[in-house]
Amino acid sequence: MENQNNVRNEIIRRSGVNPRKCMKCGKCSGTCPAYDEMEYHPHQFVSMVESGDIEPLLNSKSIYRCLTCFACVDRCPRGVEPAKLIEAVRLTAVRKQGENHLKADDIPALLDDDLPQQAIVSAFRKYTK
Amino acid sequence: MQVNEYKPKIVAFCCNWCSYAGADLAGSNRLSYPAEVKVIRVPCSCRVNPMFILRAFQRGADGVILCGCHPGDCHYTSGNYYTRRRMALLFSMLDYLGIEKERTRVEWVSAAEGAKFAATMNDFVKTITELGENKRLEDLRCKK
Amino acid sequence: MQRIGVFVCWCGSNIAGTVDVQKVAEALRNEPGVVHSANYQYMCSQAGQELIKDAIKEHKLTGIVVCSCSPRMHEATFRKTAQAAGLNPYMVEIANIREQCSWIHKDMAEGTEKAIVLGRTAIAKVNLNAPLTPGESPVTKRALVIGGGIAGIQTALDIADAGFYVDIVEKKPTIGGKMAQLDKTFPTLDCAACILTPKMVDVAQHERIRIFSYSEVEEVKGFVGNFDVKIKKKARFVKEDVCTGCGLCTEKCPQKKVPNEFNLGMDNRRAIYIPFAQAVPKVATIDADYCTMLKTGKCGVCSKVCTAKAIDYTQKDEIIEEKYGAIVAATGFNPISMDKFDEFAYNQSKDVITSLEFERLMNAAGPTAGKLLRPSDGVHPHKIVFVQCVGSRCSSCAEKGKEYCSKICCMYTAKHAMLTRDKYPDTDVTVFYIDVRTPGKQFDEFYRRAVEEYGVHYIKGMVGKVSPEGNKLIVQGSDLLDNKQLKIEADLVVLAAAIEPDKSARPLATMLTASMDTNDFFTEAHPKLRPVESPTAGIFLSGACQGPRDIPETVAQAGAAAAKVIGLLSKDKLTGNPCVAHSDEMMCNGCSSCERVCPYGAITYADKEFRGPNRTTLIRRVAQVNEAICQGCGCCTVACPSGAMDLKGFASKQIMAEVDAICK
Repeated sequence: MENQNNVRNEIIRRSGVNPRKCMKCGKCSGTCPAYDEMEYHPHQFVSMVESGDIEPLLNSKSIYRCLTCFACVDRCPRGVEPAKLIEAVRLTAVRKQGENHLKADDIPALLDDDLPQQAIVSAFRKYTK
Repeated sequence: MQVNEYKPKIVAFCCNWCSYAGADLAGSNRLSYPAEVKVIRVPCSCRVNPMFILRAFQRGADGVILCGCHPGDCHYTSGNYYTRRRMALLFSMLDYLGIEKERTRVEWVSAAEGAKFAATMNDFVKTITELGENKRLEDLRCKK
Repeated sequence: MQRIGVFVCWCGSNIAGTVDVQKVAEALRNEPGVVHSANYQYMCSQAGQELIKDAIKEHKLTGIVVCSCSPRMHEATFRKTAQAAGLNPYMVEIANIREQCSWIHKDMAEGTEKAIVLGRTAIAKVNLNAPLTPGESPVTKRALVIGGGIAGIQTALDIADAGFYVDIVEKKPTIGGKMAQLDKTFPTLDCAACILTPKMVDVAQHERIRIFSYSEVEEVKGFVGNFDVKIKKKARFVKEDVCTGCGLCTEKCPQKKVPNEFNLGMDNRRAIYIPFAQAVPKVATIDADYCTMLKTGKCGVCSKVCTAKAIDYTQKDEIIEEKYGAIVAATGFNPISMDKFDEFAYNQSKDVITSLEFERLMNAAGPTAGKLLRPSDGVHPHKIVFVQCVGSRCSSCAEKGKEYCSKICCMYTAKHAMLTRDKYPDTDVTVFYIDVRTPGKQFDEFYRRAVEEYGVHYIKGMVGKVSPEGNKLIVQGSDLLDNKQLKIEADLVVLAAAIEPDKSARPLATMLTASMDTNDFFTEAHPKLRPVESPTAGIFLSGACQGPRDIPETVAQAGAAAAKVIGLLSKDKLTGNPCVAHSDEMMCNGCSSCERVCPYGAITYADKEFRGPNRTTLIRRVAQVNEAICQGCGCCTVACPSGAMDLKGFASKQIMAEVDAICK
């Protein structure tokens, strides 16, 4: 439980998002172009991170389906910025593998066809030095 | 000179509408705080001229605390905002004047916060007692 | 030198329990100025008060100190006692030895010592007290109501019915406000015009009400009971007293392409117009921006057709000056602009409309004569989507939306949905909501009726995007309860736009020195206990200029504001608080520091003559405090760099004397 809480706090810290600002209007999910591709939707990310229910999100493909188009960030009436939160969850998942040391050589094996190009580029940018 | 147990002299300025009522409420609830605290009633915390505070130190006060309504709750709409600025300015100069900053304080106490008033005063008296007697700005000519 | 009497109260055992009252009375007897000292069981009792009165007379006291409970409790009591004995009530000071001494200390020695210091402090203050007399000012028995919507109308009617004269200033050519534009009103669904227009007629016919329509307040000076107001009557190029309102000119005017603001630009009117059939005053107005005659000097059709000879192209703006005792702000609200909400395609499609526009579409006197037709092609819509909270509860971006809940949208959206389903059962209606907020009598029942009886689809979620495709609108939104994203093909989309205070409110508040919150709503003197008064004396608030509210609440508040105004106007003279700021003209250097910090605008400047050296006269600018406006906060006394400003009753010398007494 405590570990889960740590993960939650780390995600919130990393994203700079305060999920408590959410008034649960669902405009993020109403606006999301990748909605149908996602198992968990932007508004669910916000409420699940807030309640510390991170595990399902980490194991879901949804974190790679987000296009990071930031439509939800732009339209959220409360300034919650769900896309940044999704990005932070994605980072948590990515960094877990190989404890933060994802080697460039390992990446091709992890790729699947559905993985958006952006995520690959982002991974390279962030985890190769 | 006989050495008695040290009792600081503390002046508390309280605005009539919030903090003075808060002090009254502390009394009504029998919440005790040291007798060294003596309250002066002013209509609004913004009535307190920084000069009054310096005068108190000059006359041998060991601590001065100023209490007003919470920001946004001022009976006169904006008085406590002026207080906040004036006191920030005064406090920034206290070191220069030779007074420890800890000897002054601004607190917002509402009419419903009797417990906060008592707690604040207890804490303030504790701080002042630890600091000891204020000898630095005492005007010896005022002493009889 | 003062002759001071000290009266120490036991308050039964409340004080006497931990304070040696005898000792306190003895100790204080030796303080400077004290000629009499007594203690008694209950000073506030009849017998105790008699004791004080007798002592005042016997010892010729000029000031008294009562060591008792908090001044917040019995200061007024003892002031009255002193007054009854012929002493100025402001020569009384209270030493609070109960709440701030006996009740908080357990030790008798400690309590007694503190009580003596507190008594000494009060004596030090009384020594410097001066008799104060509250100022009196006369009251002009006439009220000004700014804004002629339902709030202003109701306030004016209530004040006038009580026997006072009222003037209404309305910037539009007619009174009626937003309510005149509405179709039906929730939750009873009675028609807005049927209940509003009789009230408008009442106003017009009331012998004590004057309407200044097409007018604006230009300048406000003075203070409670004595406001001097300049009202600008804009030129309407029609003689108000001559025009019969027959409307012939509005039919013959050749300039036909003027957007009709009463119908929110959904149809056109002529350059000379009467906003609507029941307008009060029913007088035509020429729109100078569009009139060919006024612009080029070549037309004059209206003048030719007018049988009453009411047209006057040479009319100029006119300034009216009037005195008022009280002013009521009733400036109302407007829906916010939808320009910044690109996602709802308001500017891309004519079929995305606001709720107020929908109101006009449903209104029998509206652009479609009450038939629900799409603005783009005049076809009856079969699928309508309502979006709630557009711009309300929006904290992310201040120039886009408003952080507050607009309060009325849930109910009017339910009303629109219900009316649509009632009139056109073939039309499918969907409402996207975040929360349905229906606190109010019969409100939730009304909303449930829309769902249960009329079959309106309520979907919890928000619309993310509206995109026009062909003659349809694709509405993409989330359904949070079903965890789905919906794409609805709609014919018409109605946006429940947030409401904001009218733009004229901010400059008006500056003129009135009334305070406003960050959203430009007027602030009330106390959010719970004085909700219809502004902190500035003599200024009252009515309707949505104070916060979002519906019609019943507006009417209730309008009546409350009227009651407050009547209470003020029924007084012949106003007695002020004598503990006000006072400027020493000899010391004032006219720097304006005090004026800038005064929250009430009580300080003005005057050029005064002073005697200079060698028999010369000097003219200096000096501060003058208006005692009727000053509330006595004392902010100016600290701002004053020359020490000219002081507060009566809490003078700097008095407070310093208290400081000295405590530190002795």
